[in-house]
Amino acid sequence: MADELVLLDFSVSPFGMRARIALAEKGIKYEQKLENLQDKSPLLLQMNPIHKKIPVLIHNGKPICESLVIVQYIDEVWKETSPLLPSDLYLRAQARFWADFIDKKVLEFGWKTCMTKENEAAKKELMETWKLLEGELGEKPYFAGEKFGYVDLSLIPFSTWFYSYETFGNFSMESEFPKITDWVKRCLEKESVSKSLVDQQDVYQFFGLMRKKFGVE
Amino acid sequence: MADEVVLLDFWCSPFGMRVRIALAEKGVEYQCREENLQDKSPFLLQMNPIHKKIPVLIHNEKPICESLIIVQYIDEIWKEKVPLLPSDPYQRAHARFWADYVDKKIYHYFRDILRSSSEGEELEKNKKEFIEELKVLEVELGDKPYFGGDDFGFVDVSFVTFYSWFYAMETFGNFKVEAECPKLIAWAKRCMQKESVAKSIPDSLKIYDFAVQIRKKLGVE
Repeated sequence: MADELVLLDFSVSPFGMRARIALAEKGIKYEQKLENLQDKSPLLLQMNPIHKKIPVLIHNGKPICESLVIVQYIDEVWKETSPLLPSDLYLRAQARFWADFIDKKVLEFGWKTCMTKENEAAKKELMETWKLLEGELGEKPYFAGEKFGYVDLSLIPFSTWFYSYETFGNFSMESEFPKITDWVKRCLEKESVSKSLVDQQDVYQFFGLMRKKFGVE
Repeated sequence: MADEVVLLDFWCSPFGMRVRIALAEKGVEYQCREENLQDKSPFLLQMNPIHKKIPVLIHNEKPICESLIIVQYIDEIWKEKVPLLPSDPYQRAHARFWADYVDKKIYHYFRDILRSSSEGEELEKNKKEFIEELKVLEVELGDKPYFGGDDFGFVDVSFVTFYSWFYAMETFGNFKVEAECPKLIAWAKRCMQKESVAKSIPDSLKIYDFAVQIRKKLGVE
């Protein structure tokens, strides 16, 4: 029986991008349904009644929610192709740790840097966070080592925020984090990444709309 | 080679308790080191430089941090005994989702209610929302003996540790979880009959006394 896969998604969502990259890495065909988050579809509300958020992966009618849960599911079901998590159990725990760190820190401080007028404190935390990540990357081509993996996938969608960080935060990611900058370029050479990410300008425009909506100027 | 397992812990941390239960379920011997969170040891800061928090599991000198990540690691390493996560990938995703729900939606109420003064709108608001979230969990439990189904599993481990804090919450907030969510209390009592759980969870009254000290220190009336 052919697999039926639907991804409920939103164009600029970094979480949606994670699911897109994972599906592309595994060469899986799926239908992408873009949601209007101001007017959520009945399907979304039915498939994710708890959080009412995207992404939701619907595999043969059964929903999986939360981007990192989705990515791990994809990795486990389509385990023969392009493994995303390491087979070594200790390294796997480390990969999960860093993906969790990204969720806890990169999102919050990035959002506050772009969405608040008094953003100095958030900017400082954001830069500290990227510094720690650059330290973890070290001299490796990818966080996982020689190959693109789970942590790379979890983080690369946030590269689409860089122009917004730089404009609203008034700093240069390239000057501050040269290794991260190289890593981004390296990831973008992968088709699974380049076709899953949106343009940094799209995210900047999205923040523009959100700032207007919430009266931030 | 015999495994060397050390757990950096704090007696009433619901996150530390999760790891204790997982290790007990698997019958793993370990050394427990109690941390003073007001004066963290150099060892803790070395083993968890990023978050500087407990629990940290140190397996043959290699640290693993974050309680749900530790529990999954334990489940994968000691996989022959008592699996905590389901073998089916969809069921596994379902379990991860609900454990994540506990962390995202439930935990902060314990902190917020602890810090709310015993009168006022903030407490009432937190209580109301907390009970709503508990009811969501109760619906997920349904008529199953455990969140995992017939067997105690990952979601049960993730949530049962907060049961020890219910008495403190109920006293500060003037409510009873059992009145609102009887199935959840029945489930918690069922879990407490398991040796791995009972020996990992401290007495609720001791936790209440500790919470009173915290409130005093924070100047909460």
